[in-house]
Amino acid sequence: MRKFWIVFSHTYLSRVKTKGYIISSAIFLLIICGIFYIPDIIERFTGEGEEPVVAVIDETENQQLYEALSSGAEDYQPILFDGNEDEAKQAVENEEYEGLLVLNQSEQNLPEAVFYGMQLTNSTSDDMEAQLQQIKVAQAASQAGVDEAAMQEIYAPVSFERQSLDKEAKTEEELAGSYGLVYILVFALYISVITYGMMIATDITNEKSSRVMEILISSSSPVSQMFAKILAIGMMGLTQLALIAVAVYVMVQIRGQELSGGFFDFIGIANASPVTLTFALIFFILGYFLYAIICAGLGSVVSRMEDVQQLVSPIIFLVMGAFFLAMYGLNAPDSTIIVVASYIPFFTPMIMFLRIGMLGVPSWEIALSIAILVATILLIAWISAKVYRGGVLMYGKGGSFNQLKEALKLSGNIKNKSK
Amino acid sequence: MVRVLQLKNVTKRFGKHTAVDQLTLTIPEGEMFGFLGANGAGKTTTFRMILNLLENTEGEIFWHGKKITYAQSNEIGYLPEERGLYPKLTVKDQLVYLAKLRGMAKADSVKALKSWLERFNITEYENKKVEELSKGNQQKIQFISAVLHNPRLLILDEPFSGLDPVNVEMLKKAVIELKQSGTSIIFSSHRMEHVEELCRFLCIMKHGKPVVEGDLTEIKRSFRKKNITISADYDLTFLSETAGVVKYQETQQGCKLQIASSEDAPVVWKLLTEKGFVNKFEVEEPTLNDIFIEKAGESYA
Repeated sequence: MRKFWIVFSHTYLSRVKTKGYIISSAIFLLIICGIFYIPDIIERFTGEGEEPVVAVIDETENQQLYEALSSGAEDYQPILFDGNEDEAKQAVENEEYEGLLVLNQSEQNLPEAVFYGMQLTNSTSDDMEAQLQQIKVAQAASQAGVDEAAMQEIYAPVSFERQSLDKEAKTEEELAGSYGLVYILVFALYISVITYGMMIATDITNEKSSRVMEILISSSSPVSQMFAKILAIGMMGLTQLALIAVAVYVMVQIRGQELSGGFFDFIGIANASPVTLTFALIFFILGYFLYAIICAGLGSVVSRMEDVQQLVSPIIFLVMGAFFLAMYGLNAPDSTIIVVASYIPFFTPMIMFLRIGMLGVPSWEIALSIAILVATILLIAWISAKVYRGGVLMYGKGGSFNQLKEALKLSGNIKNKSK
Repeated sequence: MVRVLQLKNVTKRFGKHTAVDQLTLTIPEGEMFGFLGANGAGKTTTFRMILNLLENTEGEIFWHGKKITYAQSNEIGYLPEERGLYPKLTVKDQLVYLAKLRGMAKADSVKALKSWLERFNITEYENKKVEELSKGNQQKIQFISAVLHNPRLLILDEPFSGLDPVNVEMLKKAVIELKQSGTSIIFSSHRMEHVEELCRFLCIMKHGKPVVEGDLTEIKRSFRKKNITISADYDLTFLSETAGVVKYQETQQGCKLQIASSEDAPVVWKLLTEKGFVNKFEVEEPTLNDIFIEKAGESYA
């Protein structure tokens, strides 16, 4: 057991001390701090909150359309232009105005407008169109003899409330909160499994290709080394996650007050229930172990770095499959395919967590899926350990699945004693 | 003589192929044991069984009378034929880690590695990455990694290959000192002169079985064939057809003969003196190379 911890601390420390790890952690932290300042940054780039000025030429009687427009203008500032259309266009080209709006009265005595702008990708014109639409509806209605009170009644939204009968179902607010959380955790799991799984496989192949493996396994049992590595790289991943979590917590403390609403409600971290977060951690750890153990077994049978990719790619596809299934499941968490997939151990960590986050899942279902997942992990750990013991002694040949069979055969020849 | 390592009827089969067949060996304490054999004779497989990397199909391996397990790994040092170190780790980190895995405390290993680096004149590489070192210096680091933890049993597989003569002597001296301090050493090499120089006991493997085993002097004595070096001024080719001469090889001064037994030497002498004056006539014990070629059946340059 002592040697297990020696391998563990060596793998952990030598990884954590690498430049790559420090740099990637720093980038993560920067991004997180950056996210909390996004609204400020956006404001800065959009001219410090100044509303765009639009030149208006109103050809209607008494300039009534301009009056209506300017009284309800939001997010932009209409200004009556003194001069003809060509002069106005020239002014827009000179960037004196954001754009030019030419208002007119149609034959049916309804508003009409043409917008001239340097670019048509501008949200100001949408704002004006929406506002003009309202004016048009009001005018058309009054022409048809409908009074204002009736209009308001017509446009009032219908009263529609959603109430779930299932006690464990999420309330609307909870659902909105967990949507973002599920999204983030599914994504984190996906990235982690791919990065750390690959890291384990290459770490092992590295020791094989540099031939230091033979010395290592003559010093301590290969199986204990394999698990020490898996645990060490998992710990390293958790270290990074913990760093990120601390950063998020600190930033919420600093900026939380100023940033309520919008984007941050969507992420929903603030009101995520501790139960959901606990499940997130459980499924993250189980998911990591499942894929890490497979990668360790695969990494042990190849002896060249080029072959690692080839052998690990089916696993990556599996994780990608789970990821896309989870993306689909975010919008349809109770569909049959999602329910079925949540019991398939390769998908459970993402899909079952998604269901827990989005729906009320009975506890026996959660227990069953975790039981299947743990059983699968144990089974794969057993197979991987066998493959590993044989695999680390095998050299030559490309990375093919025949190698796995061969490694298993060779493993039968290897001592079972371990210490 | 204390028998530190004993192999009793050890057999290893891979499927239908038998790599090691009923091997019984005793490695005495504080001696160097030459373990020879052609490629594929089962040497590496035997090492791997001693090191617990492979499970023997039959037989038993004892370390001080007890069955060998990973528990003994701290007492064993291994220099594999395929050299292997972490290319990206510094010499110091590497050696400390490998020594830790052999149960050595960090402080002790740092002290020991400094004295070894000094001894091999490579102190300046302590904090260099291994990949930056020359092949010869990497080899020295590899050697240090095998002996740093003061093993009781040291397995050296081709320890001197790829080294220049100066470094070979340096490592040889280190090996001899380890032996004198009581380390039992299993030495495997294709360089017969090294084995002859260093080992008192040896074993030659062929197809997984020992064909020659025992004390080197006795092996040589019991080997019936002898060598004769002759130097004379006249043509000696007629000797190649003489009865009792097994091998005839021309040299600058005359020829080298291998004769079937020492009784054939007077016959050759008689034939020569009939012909004329002989500058040199020397009957020698066979070299290990001769014995190896004869017994293992394959030639080595």
